[in-house]
Amino acid sequence: MTEHTVRSYDEELSHLNNLIARMGGIAEAQLDASIQALIRRNSEQAGKIIAADAKVDDMEHEVHAFTVRLLALRQPVAHDLRFIVGALKVSGDLERIADYAANVAKRALVLNQLPPVPPMAAVPRLGRLVQEILKDVLDAYVDQNQEKALRVWKRDEEVDDMYTGLFRELITYMMEDPRNITPCIHLMFIAKNIERIGDHATNIAETIHYLVNGTPLLDARPKGTSVLPEPPPAGEGN
Amino acid sequence: MMSNSDGEPVASAKIKVVARDVNVFYSDKHALKAVNLDVRANEVTALIGPSGCGKSTFLRCLNRMNDLIDGARVTGTIAIDQQDIYLKDLDVVQLRARVGMVFQKPNPFPKSIFDNVAYGPRIHGLAGTGAELEEIVVTSLKRAGLFEEVKDRLNEAGTGLSGGQQQRLCIARAIAVSPEVILMDEPCSALDPIATAKVEELIDELRQNYTIIVVTHSMQQAARVSQRTAFFHLGELVEVGDTEQIFTNPNHKLTQGYITGRFG
Repeated sequence: MTEHTVRSYDEELSHLNNLIARMGGIAEAQLDASIQALIRRNSEQAGKIIAADAKVDDMEHEVHAFTVRLLALRQPVAHDLRFIVGALKVSGDLERIADYAANVAKRALVLNQLPPVPPMAAVPRLGRLVQEILKDVLDAYVDQNQEKALRVWKRDEEVDDMYTGLFRELITYMMEDPRNITPCIHLMFIAKNIERIGDHATNIAETIHYLVNGTPLLDARPKGTSVLPEPPPAGEGN
Repeated sequence: MMSNSDGEPVASAKIKVVARDVNVFYSDKHALKAVNLDVRANEVTALIGPSGCGKSTFLRCLNRMNDLIDGARVTGTIAIDQQDIYLKDLDVVQLRARVGMVFQKPNPFPKSIFDNVAYGPRIHGLAGTGAELEEIVVTSLKRAGLFEEVKDRLNEAGTGLSGGQQQRLCIARAIAVSPEVILMDEPCSALDPIATAKVEELIDELRQNYTIIVVTHSMQQAARVSQRTAFFHLGELVEVGDTEQIFTNPNHKLTQGYITGRFG
């Protein structure tokens, strides 16, 4: 896109872009570190992740304040408006992603006090998949690349499938030996947190589509298997 | 079914003004190039674009103000309610009663407030009696949102009013002859924000009864008052659409560049 006649406006938009990129980088690093802390049973690392979450919260506030300022002072329209509103939404998603990463770290602290259980290995696999998706969607955001965003959006199906498989696996372990219940429940919540990160990455992909095209992404997203039963079709059941 | 200038069918909205292949030449200068535009009835259509883009030229075509300019030539057709306004035997004075105009700088006559508004009805013979004339003046001033402020001094000079009041007086003068279309050429550019807000509020009320076309340099004004926005550039109509669409997701790169302040 060509430059604004008013150069300081471009500088402000570029500052906003940098804030989001930095926030995305931190959220990515937090997710990576939380999975490492889980695999390596590293409580010190988990503690650092929990402490670092405040940084992402602060950045979200900074993005909020800055976008409100831009809206008030520049009265943006068209692509500029969509970009600024998009940054606001993406910052919210990134804050949630970092929150979930901190939650994973909190449960890793608890798990480290318990004897290891075999299904531990499956959780990092889910973690790596979501990390890949998060990285791709952040790249798509920086490049404003809607094709890439669309690919990410479609991959949420894989996350759902893997999460459902993990859910069943954990139930099997719990049924096998009640002593597994405590660690498996923690792992289940960790898996859920990681799966939710995937959902927020999908939200970001939708925001990218909107800010590039100006229209919402309306197609039905391919859905993976779910741990929940199919809802009954509307109009039946009476 | 009618179709709009983008070739899309328009089923619901009533079209008041239809411009087809309108070209304007000022001597050798080709000021307006093959413009096709439909203006919907009882809506505000904003014409935006950089200086010299042809928006005011187009506006002046709609009540044949370009006839007054030496060397100006208009081709193509413009119809109001399917009546060609460039027919040779058309009464231009009658046309200008149907299509009123409000200018950038308020230009009240050096007469009393009452006589400013009564001027049009008098020359067009719209009032049979003094009482009828008074009613037209009062109604017009009320519609222009000015009556309460001037009701005790209708015999004072119109030029003694504030800028914003003068502009509303000019709007009252325009609507006193019961026009169908009101053209406004940057009606608020000489007004402060409060007076601007009053005129914008007025424009929004007036569209119940009139079709309004407003030329403005203020993007925010176009966004605030209009339902449709047309973007002109170098004499061409680049894009026309619902105001909401133009300001959130314009189709054309030039429109996007202009409204976001990226014009090279």
